[in-house]
Amino acid sequence: MNKPAVFPQSGPAKGGPGGTPLSDKIFRWLAIGAAALAGLLTIAFFLQLAWHSYPAFREFGPGFLCSTQWDTAEQKFGAAFAIYGTLVTTAIALLIAVPAAFLTALFLVEIAPPLLSRVFGCALDLLAAIPSVIYGMWGLFVFVPFMQTHVQPFLSDTLGLSVIPLFDGPMTGFGFLTAGLVLALMSLPFMSAIMRDVFRMVPAVVKESAYGTGATTWEVARDVTMRYGMQGLLGAVFLGLGRAVGETMAVLFIIGNSEVISLSLYDSGATIASVLANKFAEAEGLAKSSLFALGLILLCITFAIQIFGQLWLRKIRKNSGGGL
Amino acid sequence: MTSSSPSPLKCRRRGLFRRKLTNWFVIAISAAGTLIAAVFLLWILWTILRNGMHSLSLSFLTQPTKPYGIPDGGMLNAILGTAVITLAATIMAVPAGLLGGICLSEFSRDSRFGNAIRFSANVMMGMPSIIVGLFVYTLLVMTTGNFSGFAGSVALAIIMFPVILRTTEDMLCMVPNALRESALAIGAPRWRITLAVVFRSARSGLITGVLLAVARVAGETAPLLFTALTSDAWPTGFFTQPTANLTVTMTEYATNSPFETMHVRAWGAALIITFAVLALNIICRTAFREKKA
Repeated sequence: MNKPAVFPQSGPAKGGPGGTPLSDKIFRWLAIGAAALAGLLTIAFFLQLAWHSYPAFREFGPGFLCSTQWDTAEQKFGAAFAIYGTLVTTAIALLIAVPAAFLTALFLVEIAPPLLSRVFGCALDLLAAIPSVIYGMWGLFVFVPFMQTHVQPFLSDTLGLSVIPLFDGPMTGFGFLTAGLVLALMSLPFMSAIMRDVFRMVPAVVKESAYGTGATTWEVARDVTMRYGMQGLLGAVFLGLGRAVGETMAVLFIIGNSEVISLSLYDSGATIASVLANKFAEAEGLAKSSLFALGLILLCITFAIQIFGQLWLRKIRKNSGGGL
Repeated sequence: MTSSSPSPLKCRRRGLFRRKLTNWFVIAISAAGTLIAAVFLLWILWTILRNGMHSLSLSFLTQPTKPYGIPDGGMLNAILGTAVITLAATIMAVPAGLLGGICLSEFSRDSRFGNAIRFSANVMMGMPSIIVGLFVYTLLVMTTGNFSGFAGSVALAIIMFPVILRTTEDMLCMVPNALRESALAIGAPRWRITLAVVFRSARSGLITGVLLAVARVAGETAPLLFTALTSDAWPTGFFTQPTANLTVTMTEYATNSPFETMHVRAWGAALIITFAVLALNIICRTAFREKKA
């Protein structure tokens, strides 16, 4: 990235006889135009969604964010339940996926022999490649019943966690917990891939000197690799977070789709993305506008996460001079 | 590794045995975690295989989708629809993505404009696909008044575009400058240098990038929910009518239908799309690895 520009912006012969040929000018402007599309599209996203969600915000004001109502008959709409569901499922996903991604990356880079590392690394990449709707179908027909018959009874009855309201409620298999677990599984490979890069980025000399003082693998990982790559690890968490927040299909299939805020993780609920996918086809007028408003909220959330994550990663890239 | 002789101070505070125990514990759970992730992969693939195999029959692959109750329903129109929608998206996204990548690597590598574009492309890559669907809905469906496969293609193209742009830039940046300079020295115009010299030496990387982008959008559902919808017809009204596709059809069959036969067909569709996407991924990875070696 630090190499100088290959072609000078303006050649010395520009304008003069035998200067930049017309074909080159066209080519250059075509390329610049195509690149500008990326910026224009990003802006257009905001403009379009803001425009179409304006009726909802005018009608409900900032109360839209705190109202839990979603009543088509009374034409009252609020975003709180969807925001709550998004936060809860994302929190569960991160709580599980972050340590898991760290451990898998550690295993693949530092511990596993090359062959195993390649095989399992490939498996993680494929896990990331599976379409989200497949996670949804697998979740609906396989994982939800599995949660209902095995995991939820185990957590509530065998471990006795049902004294906590979080693990108390009807065990249907659907709900926040199941959705959070599937989201964890989906964001794990993304985070793990970046963390693997972070681990590989740590200079071998630094690690070797730690080993030389007699540190164990875990001590090197904790005191050297983790400290050296802490910022990169955080960047990975942010990108995984962005994935989990906006995931639609998998959540749609397994969260149960109801407009409630419930403390119990076994209850069904909804996320912003799942509400959009679930209600959009039937919505009219104000309801549709409210859905656009939900979309705008989701866009703002992911945008903030992305900006933060990208800035963060860019800072590290600058500090470490590339390689990530 | 270390002798338990009392030389380093830390060692005495925490016994060697305990340190080694912790170490083995971490190794064990990290190995277990990786194994569990792989088990989930196998679990999902096995589920799809087991359930999907039932539905793979001649009529499944040669008949269009039919409403419940009519026998011999297949998936051919949805397969074709997915292929057409993805192909059209590729046709739109590849030139734009390649040109954008050229701009970043050849014309504005370190400029403020280039950095801004790189940044927004990264942000776009992380945007939820359902937002893209919503955006294209306002752009093409609301204005024309009908859902269409074309709108779906545009949505998928918007998702592909930043991916192709960034991989193109990365691949072109790896081409040594000496190649460009020698072509410049013989007086070739820049567009010919880029297309004939730079592209040629980055060819395998570019193809891999495009194929991975295709694999990424071929299984997308959320953007198509708002744009292409689905239908039981053949994908002839690509520009004006809802167009059948595997993923939305699958979603419909799996969630909105209580009938077992529909579920079986949904699994069949899942089998086709998953293995197509995974095959593309595996081909790209093995081809690219051989090239690097």
